[in-house]
Amino acid sequence: MKPKWKVSPYLYILPAFVLLFAFRLIPIIMSFVISFFDWSIKGTGKFIGLMNYANMLKDEVFWQSITNTFWLVIIVVPASILFSLLFAVLLNQIKALKGLFRTVYFMPFVTSLVAVSIVWKIMFNEQTGLMNTMLGYIGVEPQKWLSEARGIFDIFFSGMGITLPKWLHGPSQALFAIIIMTVWKGLGYNTIIYLAGLQNISKVYYEAAEIDGASKLKQFFRITLPLVSPTTFYVLIMTTIVSFQAFAQIYLMTDKGGPLNTTKLIVYYIYEKGFDTLEMGYASAVALALFVLILGLTILQKRLEKHVNY
Amino acid sequence: MNEQLRMTIIYGVLTIFGLTMIVPFIWMISTALMTQAEFNKHESTFIPKESYHEWNNGQEKQKVLFVTDKGDSSIIHLLDKEGKIITEYYPVPKNEVKLVKKTFSLHWDNFVKAFNKVPFALYFYNTLYVSFLSLIGVLITSMLAAYAFARMEFVGRDFFFYLFLSMMMVPEPIYLISSYVLLDKIHWLDTYQALIVPWCVNIFTIFLFRQHFKSLPQELFDAAAIDGCSTFGMLWRIMIPLSKPIIATASIFSLIGSWNSFMWPLVMTNRPELRVLQVGLSYFNQEASTQTTLLMAASTFSIVPILILFFFAQKQIIASYAKAGLKD
Repeated sequence: MKPKWKVSPYLYILPAFVLLFAFRLIPIIMSFVISFFDWSIKGTGKFIGLMNYANMLKDEVFWQSITNTFWLVIIVVPASILFSLLFAVLLNQIKALKGLFRTVYFMPFVTSLVAVSIVWKIMFNEQTGLMNTMLGYIGVEPQKWLSEARGIFDIFFSGMGITLPKWLHGPSQALFAIIIMTVWKGLGYNTIIYLAGLQNISKVYYEAAEIDGASKLKQFFRITLPLVSPTTFYVLIMTTIVSFQAFAQIYLMTDKGGPLNTTKLIVYYIYEKGFDTLEMGYASAVALALFVLILGLTILQKRLEKHVNY
Repeated sequence: MNEQLRMTIIYGVLTIFGLTMIVPFIWMISTALMTQAEFNKHESTFIPKESYHEWNNGQEKQKVLFVTDKGDSSIIHLLDKEGKIITEYYPVPKNEVKLVKKTFSLHWDNFVKAFNKVPFALYFYNTLYVSFLSLIGVLITSMLAAYAFARMEFVGRDFFFYLFLSMMMVPEPIYLISSYVLLDKIHWLDTYQALIVPWCVNIFTIFLFRQHFKSLPQELFDAAAIDGCSTFGMLWRIMIPLSKPIIATASIFSLIGSWNSFMWPLVMTNRPELRVLQVGLSYFNQEASTQTTLLMAASTFSIVPILILFFFAQKQIIASYAKAGLKD
């Protein structure tokens, strides 16, 4: 069939197109436009060119929120990949109770972020929370968790009598609490994706390796890991993108990104600038900075994938 | 390594991790069943047990708050049914007050209290209403568009396809502010349509249907064309009946997505009557921040519907997520 002008195909895509045009494309373009204005909730304000961007680069809280977000992504992504691959490899070797384990691991992923944020906030409570109760069982003193602004490396090493320079203090313990919760929330999804990826690997490879006398550990590093690498890249990209957008945890578990802004993540900062202090032009500029970051990282990861993939 | 030992280790590790994954849920439910005093005193971790003072004056027993002993009498606070103090420093004979220890007591009334404290029934209704209408919208727009993309040839098809694809790459926080400005301009802020209409389209679902429609054999359509079936008839009579698993998958994604969506309704609505469950819950979190047991109860009943859906269709749901992930 040759392409020809017919009306009906356009009618079929029209409803989706109209909605996407009105509620995605226009807002995306508007984001650009608004970021050049001194836009507030009351109205357009005046055109200020690149002022919002210039202010952003001088804004300490912006840089702190970028740093916080990077800490979160840099810890959440590898931790999530490591644990989910481990779960999936173990799950892939059992038959009985496999479904039950899969369900249990997947449960946090389908439940609402709002509800589990409330639960984790209470779990991290200094006096009554489960985390400190558990730590008490193994003889660790209670931690301040969500109200601790000190860096985790600082806390750890100063306990051993070593003083670290400030840039090595790491994410605050409050942010670390958020990180633990974020890993927990997304782990089930990645496990399921890995499990599906592992099931696509032909048994023949393992049988051949078995005949050659390769150990299970060797089989994992020489067969499983390389052959599951497309899944790893998918998980890597998805987890990175999702982690960059963390918002509800901060909104519900912390006091406006505190203590001392150490849990203020970039999307929370956008929300705060847009709807708390009502600097919508500025908030749009930050949103676009986030977009550039996510896009850049995704492209970088795709490039990397081409080099590594089998 | 011995096979049996290996399996024992695997099951051991999986069980430990599994417990770690569900401990927050278990603790949520057990905390929801405790009294606030019990939780604050930090008496029980997982199994709700209770200890309180009881005043038995010969006719009736009632829960009281014990202050101190003074000579032959005990000083107590009298409490009402809600646990609020009604009479302070009330002296009674010492032998009438005793400490009661219950090893297992479940306070189901926390769920009722939490549910009635703020209009959760309304929040549930709003969420169901918004989720259901968005689902209908998503299914209609996705199937129509996917049909055109999968089985029709037209000028600009690839252009539109990649335009849609590229819009999927832009995360929601990027256009949150501008969407607010847009909805403000068309006077949609604080309306149901602000929560429904923009989410009546889902690019990912379009791709899901397109993939499936492409896989249907051409012979079906040729035969239908010979029988005089119209273009729309093919969608309605052939493709939709053959797409039940994909419709189920798309519905699951859409329902879980709208049930759990938070940032959008938080920003786009302000009136309490329009609060969806997640927004209502987050306000409850601010208002009742010290009432831990009620918060836990509210969290529990807010995730129960999704968990029920999940347990009934878990195989389908997990398979859907896995398949959708691999297709990307």
